[in-house]
Amino acid sequence: MADATLEHGAVGHGVAGEYEAPLFGAYSKKIGMWLFLASDSLTFGALLFAFSYNRIYTVPWPTPFHAESIANATIMTACLLSSSLTMVLAVFASQRNDRTWMRYWLLATMVFGTAFIVLHGMEWSKLIGEGLVIPGFAGVLGVAKSSATGELADISKNVPQFPQAFFGLTAMHMLHVTIGVIYLGVVAFRKWFLPALAVIWIAAALLIPSGNVFHYPVHALGIGLILAAIILFLKPKDYDAHDVEICGLYWHFVDLVWMFIFPLVYLMSTKVV
Amino acid sequence: MHDTATHDDAKGQYFWVWGALLVLTAIEVVLAYKQVFSAVRMLQVLLILSVIKSALIIGYFMHLKFERALMRWLLVISVTACFIIMYFFFFPDAGRVLPPPNGVGLQ
Repeated sequence: MADATLEHGAVGHGVAGEYEAPLFGAYSKKIGMWLFLASDSLTFGALLFAFSYNRIYTVPWPTPFHAESIANATIMTACLLSSSLTMVLAVFASQRNDRTWMRYWLLATMVFGTAFIVLHGMEWSKLIGEGLVIPGFAGVLGVAKSSATGELADISKNVPQFPQAFFGLTAMHMLHVTIGVIYLGVVAFRKWFLPALAVIWIAAALLIPSGNVFHYPVHALGIGLILAAIILFLKPKDYDAHDVEICGLYWHFVDLVWMFIFPLVYLMSTKVV
Repeated sequence: MHDTATHDDAKGQYFWVWGALLVLTAIEVVLAYKQVFSAVRMLQVLLILSVIKSALIIGYFMHLKFERALMRWLLVISVTACFIIMYFFFFPDAGRVLPPPNGVGLQ
């Protein structure tokens, strides 16, 4: 529902009892989302500062990312940047009340976001398989102990700050992207999204083998399904252009954080042969 | 149902912004892969490019450029101030790198 104070002509200057225009000239949901994003940027800022501190202070800092890792991370970056563009187009479609194209563009955004998560997950599995693990953490998630020897195994043993910083930062970001994709699905498809998410959750839970790091964390999709169902059934709503816009703000923020993670974590640890 | 933010309906500019972001990303990758600069200078260059990319995303994709000036400045100044304070807490200490025993320099 539109915020009546913002409609043209609703503001009566000097008339007793009339609403005043809000301070920031934007509806309250948008202010709320901006405040949340400001706080979340401090969360990521703290993590990035801790990483940068480690990066400078730990000598020598490993540089294990070969060309394939950098190429994979660059493709992931391109996916997120393209998803931001499709998100902008979805907002435009919602503002001209074109529901069909709003759904198409939101679906395109979700596809790019899912591609990012899948590529990232595959990269994690490959690195863990080659021996890059946080000491003591692998057993907690039932990850198969890697008998790999080599550069990444040596790094895990000698410079544990590297896997701690890498997995810590990228896990936090991947969680935000996953939540963002679920949020997009709820706004785009409402209750129709619930069975689709359930199928994806069950398929992922069955297909991810037991020694893989995502075997248990994939159940976060189940938690997302329950929360989405609670929101959709307890507070059913026909999401309007404002809702799509603030969903877009969250999605662009996720992209923004990656703009810092990609150069600091990947590009500063590039191996040049 | 518009809020008081100004509207810029030219879609073309968003494609230009997207293209600029891809180009800046490519520049970052080339600079890092060719190891054009030393580690500290590379960090500074990458951070500056990242800030430029963030400004494009925040200004255009997140539409902050077209919002009311008060909101724009309040958000930007408060978050930037927090980052500056964090910088002063961390980086003078991080710069005191103890020389490693085998004499290898900062990577």
